[in-house]
Amino acid sequence: MPKILIRGAKLLGGEPQDVLVDGETIAAVGTGLSAEGATVVEADGKILLPGLVDLHTHLREPGREDSETVLTGTRAAASGGYTAVFAMANTFPVADTAGVVEQVWRLGKESGYCDVQPIGAVTVGLEGKKLAELGAMHDSAAAVKVFSDDGKCVDDAVIMRRALEYVKAFDGVVAQHAQEPRLTEGAQMNEGVVSAELGLGGWPAVAEESIIARDVLLAEHVGSRVHICHLSTAGSVEIVRWAKSRGIDVTAEVTPHHLLLTDELVRSYNPVYKVNPPLRTERDVMALREALADGTIDIVATDHAPHPHEDKDCEWGAAAMGMVGLETALSVVQHTMVETGLLDWAGVAERMSFRPAGIGRLSGHGRPIAPGEPANLTLVDSAYRGVVDPAGFASRSRNTPYEGIELPGRVTHTFLRGRATVVDGKLA
Amino acid sequence: MKRHLISAADLSRDDAVLILDTAEEMARVADRPIKKLPTLRGRTVVNLFFEDSTRTRISFEAAAKRLSADVINFSAKGSSVSKGESLKDTALTLEAMGADAVVIRHHDSGAPHRLATSGWIGGSVVNAGDGTHEHPTQALLDAFTMRRRLVGPDAGIGRDLAGRRITIVGDILHSRVARSNVHLLNTLGAEVTLVAPPTLVPIGVETWPCEVSYDLDAVLPKSDAVMMLRVQRERMNAAFFPTEREYARRYGLDGDRMARMPEDAIVMHPGPMNRGMEITAEVADSDRCTAVEQVANGVSTRMAVLYLLLGGSEPAVAPQNNARTEENK
Repeated sequence: MPKILIRGAKLLGGEPQDVLVDGETIAAVGTGLSAEGATVVEADGKILLPGLVDLHTHLREPGREDSETVLTGTRAAASGGYTAVFAMANTFPVADTAGVVEQVWRLGKESGYCDVQPIGAVTVGLEGKKLAELGAMHDSAAAVKVFSDDGKCVDDAVIMRRALEYVKAFDGVVAQHAQEPRLTEGAQMNEGVVSAELGLGGWPAVAEESIIARDVLLAEHVGSRVHICHLSTAGSVEIVRWAKSRGIDVTAEVTPHHLLLTDELVRSYNPVYKVNPPLRTERDVMALREALADGTIDIVATDHAPHPHEDKDCEWGAAAMGMVGLETALSVVQHTMVETGLLDWAGVAERMSFRPAGIGRLSGHGRPIAPGEPANLTLVDSAYRGVVDPAGFASRSRNTPYEGIELPGRVTHTFLRGRATVVDGKLA
Repeated sequence: MKRHLISAADLSRDDAVLILDTAEEMARVADRPIKKLPTLRGRTVVNLFFEDSTRTRISFEAAAKRLSADVINFSAKGSSVSKGESLKDTALTLEAMGADAVVIRHHDSGAPHRLATSGWIGGSVVNAGDGTHEHPTQALLDAFTMRRRLVGPDAGIGRDLAGRRITIVGDILHSRVARSNVHLLNTLGAEVTLVAPPTLVPIGVETWPCEVSYDLDAVLPKSDAVMMLRVQRERMNAAFFPTEREYARRYGLDGDRMARMPEDAIVMHPGPMNRGMEITAEVADSDRCTAVEQVANGVSTRMAVLYLLLGGSEPAVAPQNNARTEENK
């Protein structure tokens, strides 16, 4: 492979430096590096980050290839600056066996746009009744370390306890979709002032918070680590903060949309805002930003959830829940966290690359930008301002809540082990 | 007036009073030997009903027909909808057939809003009840009934319901009638109190322009009108209240309770009634209960709404002499 010299990039937002990539690894970092024999990428003061890692992506293959495939999803990921994504298990069939996780893993290898690490289901068919063969999924070629019934909550306390305990044998982690099912029957949006007016079934914050409270206590009791998916309420932040102060091994993620959007948008009845967990209130948004800044929330994860057009071009009640997010995540984080002064770029790298790779025990990603490390890199033009146009998405789906909104920042280059997957903002 | 009627909150005080005044004119037509007006001749009104509702549908149908509109009834059962057709495709079909107004009843909150704002159709959209959201024409006919009874048919013209104390009792949480009434009655200057067990009051109600009470007996002596909402027996199974009998005892209106109301106060019910549940037969059949009157007023009110949305600025009702002359030609 040829050499690449990235010239004058602000590493994690610091002073401009050159980064020389030789083959799959970073060969040198410094100033005034020789360009001899190398393709030069003039970074010109852009921000250089480690390749982003998404712990929560729905690639929809197998089963719902009409909304996304591993190929289109990884193309979307590369466009958004990601070099690795964790693929959620709620496919058809469910990724609850070694066979299915190996299929997704193999499709990821073939796509070539980013690494795909399958997540295995905790229970057979996501039904919450019987543990799936977690060990077999871990021992498979996919080497699964993260298990989740995402989309559904592991609500049975005994099943949750056993899963937390069982995966300790291979350093696994259970990622919980915290949603008390009885409290959320018929839930359509956040329960509060807006749901009362709109007459839409309420999804109360307590349905998330009660499960998180239970699960951090279970994790403490059995000495396991636990990861909380898409935390969405101010109360959840308080519980995780308390758990961490007690030394409980809990990690948590927040989605970009929960850092920006509120349930006021639902007044339009436009199903593009229908998502699970639902958009909350301004107070929750501010608490989530603060928690992401102070480390109570560890990472940003997209919960990229593609849906075909017809599943959003309908009345609210008939619409599917979820939003695409891979191609706008970094821009939303820049807008909500960097430009508000809550995070610097090193903080962004920590929360969108180092930590998610660490939680998922993913080797080769979330590494420092230093000689000898794998050349997984993302170059960001933070000065860019642009209006989101879903027509330009690499994802097969267009269900973004940001259409027509101006957001800052643009990924100009993504490198996966030294190979450019995005060049000048276009897929290579 | 706006082009659509989706929420009672869309109506200004003047809009609402205009509708009520127009409804009075329409009501007078009902007393004529020939109840029909030529106002909407050649216009097409589609009743698009995704939910069973005989009384609301025939009320809209009668209203449109008395205005000489062509009426098409489209119900979800046995139609393309039961074959899986989407709201969008149904709307595009109606648009292609040239619907001037679509009266929609839908089980999903927000479906009429979606129909009006999605660009699928060009005509007016009238919300005939959506999920647990709103039912604005019900609120209008209720306000019309209150104004007639509490102010008077002639004395009421041009007036609102300022200072009138209205109590709404029952399943507020799931009631589109309550939501629309709270908006409209507030716009018309009335003081609204909601009464229900706490389980049937929505979280977030504190921002609504009304009072909330859990004690029916305390509120009754201070009510000019008491509106009893239908309570579905099935709510019992979801633990909203323990038993039907307990609900009836605590929140039902019987003769003893009615006696505690001011002398001229009225009892209202949007129907269909659960006799023995929220209202006893004694109350339902008394002179103070306006349930049947509300049905009649529903036609006049819906005529007014359709006329104002579709008819424009022409006078709705020509003076009777002229009308005769027309007929004699």
